[in-house]
Amino acid sequence: MSNNFVGTAEQDKAFDEVLKELESVPGPLMKALQKAQEIYGYLPIEVQTRIADKFDVPLEEIYGIATFYSQFNLNPKGKYTIGICLGTACYVKGSGDVLNKFKEKLGIDAGQTTPDRKFTLDATRCIGCCGLAPVLTVNEEVYGKVTVDDVDKILAKYND
Amino acid sequence: MKTLQELQEIRERMKTCLCNREIGGVFAEADVRAHILVCGGTGCTSGNSKKIAEEIKAALIETGLDKEVKLIMTGCFGLCAKGPIVVVYPDGSFYQHVKPEDAREIVFEHIKGGKPVERLLHSEKDADGAHKAINETSFYKSQKRVVLRNCGLIDPENIDEYLARDGYKAYEKVLTAMSQLEVIDEIKRSGLRGRGGGGFPTGTKWEFAHNSVSDTKYVVCNADEGDPGAFMDRSVLEGDPHSVIEAMMIAGYAIGAEKGYIYVRAEYPIAVHRLEVAIGQAREYGILGDNAMGLGKKFDIELRLGAGAFVCGEETALLQSTEGKRGEPRQRPPFPAVKGLFGQPTLINNVETYGNITQIILNGAEWFASMGTEKSKGTKVFALGGKINNTGLVEIPMGTTLRTIIEEIGGGVPHGKKFKAAQTGGPSGGCIPASLIDTKIDYDNLIAIGSMMGSGGLIVMDEDNCMVDIAKFFLEFTVDESCGKCTPCRIGNKRLYEMLDKVTKGTAEMEDLDKMEELCYYIKENSLCGLGQTAPNPVLSTLRYFRDEYVAHVRDKKCPAGVCKALVSYKIVEEKCIGCGLCKRNCPVNAISGEIKQKHTIDPAKCIKCGACIARCPKGAIEK
Ligand SMILES: Cc1cc2nc3c(=O)[nH]c(=O)nc-3n(C[C@H](O)[C@H](O)[C@H](O)COP(=O)(O)O)c2cc1C
Ligand code: SF4
Ligand code: SF4
Ligand code: SF4
Ligand code: FES
Ligand code: FES
Repeated sequence: MSNNFVGTAEQDKAFDEVLKELESVPGPLMKALQKAQEIYGYLPIEVQTRIADKFDVPLEEIYGIATFYSQFNLNPKGKYTIGICLGTACYVKGSGDVLNKFKEKLGIDAGQTTPDRKFTLDATRCIGCCGLAPVLTVNEEVYGKVTVDDVDKILAKYND
Repeated sequence: MKTLQELQEIRERMKTCLCNREIGGVFAEADVRAHILVCGGTGCTSGNSKKIAEEIKAALIETGLDKEVKLIMTGCFGLCAKGPIVVVYPDGSFYQHVKPEDAREIVFEHIKGGKPVERLLHSEKDADGAHKAINETSFYKSQKRVVLRNCGLIDPENIDEYLARDGYKAYEKVLTAMSQLEVIDEIKRSGLRGRGGGGFPTGTKWEFAHNSVSDTKYVVCNADEGDPGAFMDRSVLEGDPHSVIEAMMIAGYAIGAEKGYIYVRAEYPIAVHRLEVAIGQAREYGILGDNAMGLGKKFDIELRLGAGAFVCGEETALLQSTEGKRGEPRQRPPFPAVKGLFGQPTLINNVETYGNITQIILNGAEWFASMGTEKSKGTKVFALGGKINNTGLVEIPMGTTLRTIIEEIGGGVPHGKKFKAAQTGGPSGGCIPASLIDTKIDYDNLIAIGSMMGSGGLIVMDEDNCMVDIAKFFLEFTVDESCGKCTPCRIGNKRLYEMLDKVTKGTAEMEDLDKMEELCYYIKENSLCGLGQTAPNPVLSTLRYFRDEYVAHVRDKKCPAGVCKALVSYKIVEEKCIGCGLCKRNCPVNAISGEIKQKHTIDPAKCIKCGACIARCPKGAIEK
């Protein structure tokens, strides 16, 4: 088990405000999780517990929601998240091969993070730039018309 | 809060401005000489169009023209393949593949010097060699823009520009001149059917929601757009968010609801931002609020963000998720129109469905029904992608043939390859083979040939795509996205996937094909929600039209398209090899041997089929 999670005072303060705002919102649980992830970067069990206490629902229910949706992360992500689009348009243009190359290079599977917490590899759905297919993103940066040969170059750019 | 009078004044004032964006139009603003429109759709934004706009702005300031030129970020123009796009009016010059460093040239040469930058023009020439106007080019000529009428034309973050396009006039008309039943009747007579996939008659759905008796009702917009290769709804929200807001207000009036929710995919940050801006502006103008437009009704809208679950596009799951819960579908009936959000009667429609509403109200049901086929009226937006030259967003009248979309609008398949199939309906749909390219696209024709309209993804495939692999791709998607609530979908699709996997690995038997088909029908009949009920469609349609490809995998252990790795082997054709050694140097596993200037060979036992050698060989000597 990892150490107990402790957020910074700033994070906790921001989250307190969010929880207060959500008091008057019907059906607030997903919104709470989304905000929590924005603030803390992921959803440690301690944060889920706070949401459960606040809205007086069992922790299982919060956990059930957090695990249902692929965008919620129960573990911290790497410094750089590489998202390879496996939408149909990108797939028919070979994004599957690009993903495999990244897996091979980083030694991790889609959905995993390298042990040094540098890279997280994700397979995403259409991100809406099918015109540039195959497409991948590294954090906010978008790369279009990617080929297997570009993989080394792209990784080298994040060599810090 | 603006009065009706004030809104009308804004419309009149802004109309003079917007009519400048008509090709060959007379410039009506005395102190403005040009409008520059930069595409701010997701595609072009990824191509750095924001930076282009900044550079244009800087150049305008430098030339002192910033007061005389309007610079606007719009939604998607449709021709994303040629992005980033910049359009200059009044002459309508359509610039493609613009880079930030081209900005100065556009401003100095074109705006200041009066000469369009020839090298950046998207140009198609007519018989006399003159540039065709953009709306005459093959990409735009056969399109009919109803839902996309404002995309690529107005600034979606400026409500005044929407007003100039008769914005919020339909709501005014409905509240001042039509009863609830008249609104519903108008929609019914238009023949509009839901654009979210099912094709249910929209007017009838509104009538159900109207007839449910309750003090509280809701209007919901399904903007979850889960088809993994589609972006129609996103583009509408990015390019024209107010049209959806106005339609929801009209729906609210018709069914008697005061609150609307838009459930939008979290993966669409630009759409979410533009919706937030639009809702904010509509509230500021008193269009949304306790006394909407001063016409006596209350209506407000809240956004809810998804969190990455395809099944949440299904309406009952979507309502669960809007309530902040796990998005698991439930049995229908009761239908949402009877018991929906927070247990109250709820109308749920898709973004594109809403996108048609104001136009039906303003132009009349007959106008709408004059477009399309007997049972499919109006237009349909498709996200054209895959192996096609003009990837992008197209809107065509129902009844247009697949051939027109692919060959004319789409500009055909790149690199001289052969068109093999088109996939519609995403993971619930099917593949249409090249032999049916003359099919007229409408709801019923697509069902008849084993596919479906779906929400509008249209993916083109060429001879290099393996149809078994495509079926497997979609099934992997549904297995991944199945919520697991019912067994036929959770287990059945997994088994189906494993069978497909065997086919692609060459370990399946002929009788497996029949077993697969049987399992498909079992899953379809016994699944609880639309996800499971339609999940086998990609398998069934490829089995129907491309059975020979399945047979080749199973019996001959061959993948005719050369995609399924287990079934391809790489060989060097001796006669063609010049012994340059490039392949050897690039092979990651040292599977290639040979001396320089000598014939090279591949050791099949070592080869991992990565394809690196094929890509490098200057002589095309390597085959698979
Ligand atoms: C698995 C599944 C996914 C769906 N995804 C979407 C979607 O992404 N967008 C959408 O509008 N409708 C989707 N639908 C259809 C909705 O359930 C619903 O029919 C639609 O939103 C109704 O609106 P319409 O009548 O305007 O089409 C989906 C249905 C199923 C079964
Ligand atoms: S069919 Fe699939 S997605 Fe639908 S309820 Fe059953 S398991 Fe869930
Ligand atoms: S396909 Fe890849 S592994 Fe096989 S010989 Fe060519 S480069 Fe080497
Ligand atoms: S790259 Fe082509 S030509 Fe060169 S050694 Fe390899 S097979 Fe022969
Ligand atoms: S399928 Fe990859 S961006 Fe659309
Ligand atoms: S996003 Fe710019 S043309 Fe489609």
